[in-house]
Amino acid sequence: MVFYFVAFLSIIFALMTIFTKNPVHSVLYLVITFFTFTVHYILLNAQFLAVVNFIVYMGAIMVLFLFVLMLLNLNKETEPMKSNLVKIMATVAGLCLITTLIGSMNLLEVSNPVVLVNPNIGLVKELGKVLFNDFLLPFEISSILLLTAMVGAVLLAKNDKKRVDG
Amino acid sequence: MDSLVQGMQGVPLNHYILFSSIIFTIGVIGVLIRRNAIIIMMSVELMLNAVNLLLAAFSVYSGDPSGQVFVFFIMALAAAEVAVGLAIIVMVYRNTKSVDIKSLSRLRW
Repeated sequence: MVFYFVAFLSIIFALMTIFTKNPVHSVLYLVITFFTFTVHYILLNAQFLAVVNFIVYMGAIMVLFLFVLMLLNLNKETEPMKSNLVKIMATVAGLCLITTLIGSMNLLEVSNPVVLVNPNIGLVKELGKVLFNDFLLPFEISSILLLTAMVGAVLLAKNDKKRVDG
Repeated sequence: MDSLVQGMQGVPLNHYILFSSIIFTIGVIGVLIRRNAIIIMMSVELMLNAVNLLLAAFSVYSGDPSGQVFVFFIMALAAAEVAVGLAIIVMVYRNTKSVDIKSLSRLRW
């Protein structure tokens, strides 16, 4: 099954992302993880989400991460690491979380397979109809959110000499 | 495209929940074990992506497009969050010459 193979790849690369010491390698593994998520969306026939995931995550967000990492000149030598005790504790806490989630899931009955009830559901045409009819107000508000974020980011990152010195 | 979609047919919904839980937990562990602020943000992105995929899977499962619209909004939110978060990290680095979150501990009180 394609799903299980891609899911396996996602988990492997997600683990590599958080355990690699070099931050630049970490970002590159994250790019591959996002690419496998794009494949998952294609498998679900959510074509619009696949394209948006590809453009926004692999394009915009990853370029932003890489730019900041290279701007700050981080590498393996300057990478701060936690002590081994904290790492082990964190891993145990994470395993507790996943055990709880799986345990609660086992209480459910075996679910039905995911089938495409409506094959057109993920297409741009169908989603556009829903987005601009039922979700028009949230859509407009999200544009204000993006504008606010842009202004905030520029304001925060601007090098204001007077304020730094004073 | 049709042959690709065939690869998904027959996967139980439980397996999607299981897969998303695993990715989410990896994100949580990443937040807990790293001290580099940028990698912590990347782990948060991983968690957001796990939830996005599960929303899309539920949306396909129940034949309701609202779930996928919701994922679209989450992606817009994630882009805004990353932009502001990285700007804050750049500013912290300029003042402390480090992205270690321990250098932020002076923010208390």
